[in-house]
Amino acid sequence: MAEIVGGLFTSHVPAIGGAIAKGLESDPYWSPFFDGFGPVHEWLERARPDVAVIFYNDHGLNFFLDKMPTFAIGAAPEYRNADEGWGLPVQGALRGHTALSWHLIESLVADEFDITTCQEMLVDHALVVPIQLAWPATTDYPVRIVPIAINTVQHPLPSPRRCLALGRAVGEALRRWPGDERVAIFGTGGLSHQLEGKRAGHINKEYDRFCMDSLAADPEALIRHSALDIVELAGSQGVEILNWIAARGALGEAAVERSRNYHIPISNTAAATMLLEPREAVPA
Amino acid sequence: MASVLRMPDSRAAVQRARVIPGTPVFDGAAASRGYAINAMCFSFNSAENRAAFLADEDGYCAKYHLTPEQRSAVASRSVLAMLDAGGNAYYLAKLAGIFGLNMQDIGAQQTGCTVEEFKARLAAHAEEE
Repeated sequence: MAEIVGGLFTSHVPAIGGAIAKGLESDPYWSPFFDGFGPVHEWLERARPDVAVIFYNDHGLNFFLDKMPTFAIGAAPEYRNADEGWGLPVQGALRGHTALSWHLIESLVADEFDITTCQEMLVDHALVVPIQLAWPATTDYPVRIVPIAINTVQHPLPSPRRCLALGRAVGEALRRWPGDERVAIFGTGGLSHQLEGKRAGHINKEYDRFCMDSLAADPEALIRHSALDIVELAGSQGVEILNWIAARGALGEAAVERSRNYHIPISNTAAATMLLEPREAVPA
Repeated sequence: MASVLRMPDSRAAVQRARVIPGTPVFDGAAASRGYAINAMCFSFNSAENRAAFLADEDGYCAKYHLTPEQRSAVASRSVLAMLDAGGNAYYLAKLAGIFGLNMQDIGAQQTGCTVEEFKARLAAHAEEE
């Protein structure tokens, strides 16, 4: 049986990838964000995941508005990164886990989630930057990945409730997988930020704190708001918290917060990193 | 705290377009209206296409059938005008990159302040309780 070892939740601002490329991790602007990964790196050393299931949103690299799936799951042997148009260096391909992808797809459709499946799928900064943050010393990453893209771009977005349910179904399917993989769940994006409009630069520290305080102990609190409520509270792009909500669902019923970092601003974003473990993984 | 987090009933909000001050919601109407400009911006994932735009902006916009409103918004470099014409922030960011503008430059332009003022406003949020 696959074991879910924990969940990493982190902002995925493209500029973070730029800072990594320039080696700016210790720069005074950047270090308050990068320093939040100390506990994450220690944990990854101990937990040794070999699979990462990553909930993220595509920003117009793989999906254009001609076809916009609400939920899309990769089932590819590898996932390439590519030029996104704003100067980030293109990263190497990431290894997939097709058998596990198809298991998740079978299981989700049986659970009546009408997902889109992708045997070819470019992955953008929202997936690649968190991988770089998790394993900064290498490009030979120890994990095979299963990407799960959630539409946070074109409204109507899936409801927070549906995202939590999707994540829970993914978690149940992982626990039914007969292999002995050690699975890390990633939820990327957020927290509050807004790039466009006269409210550009919107940040809501109070709502972000509410999200961070609720994530481990009371994820149901996060689904009392609709997606548009979250846009109003957290900003147009703050709605990327949907990826966190889905990832939290995959961790299972009970989870424990292991680390938290919150810093304003990284680019236009209230940047956050959290590490959670499922309660059953915690030594007594 | 509770008052800030209390929201109108979300099912009622489905009945009519939700208005969030200063925040264009990229919904079906915007996605339809903005299809051409967003398609052009999507093409800027390719370095060759970015160069082609810079070499012949008029010709490139014509190739993607921008509406007159979209063409004039791009010509004016006004992000608010591009949003009004249906542009989506994630796609417009690719165009902004061609002009060498980052997210703070764009934020300043849309909110009518200098880049330094915009950065100071962002940083000021860190001090809030």
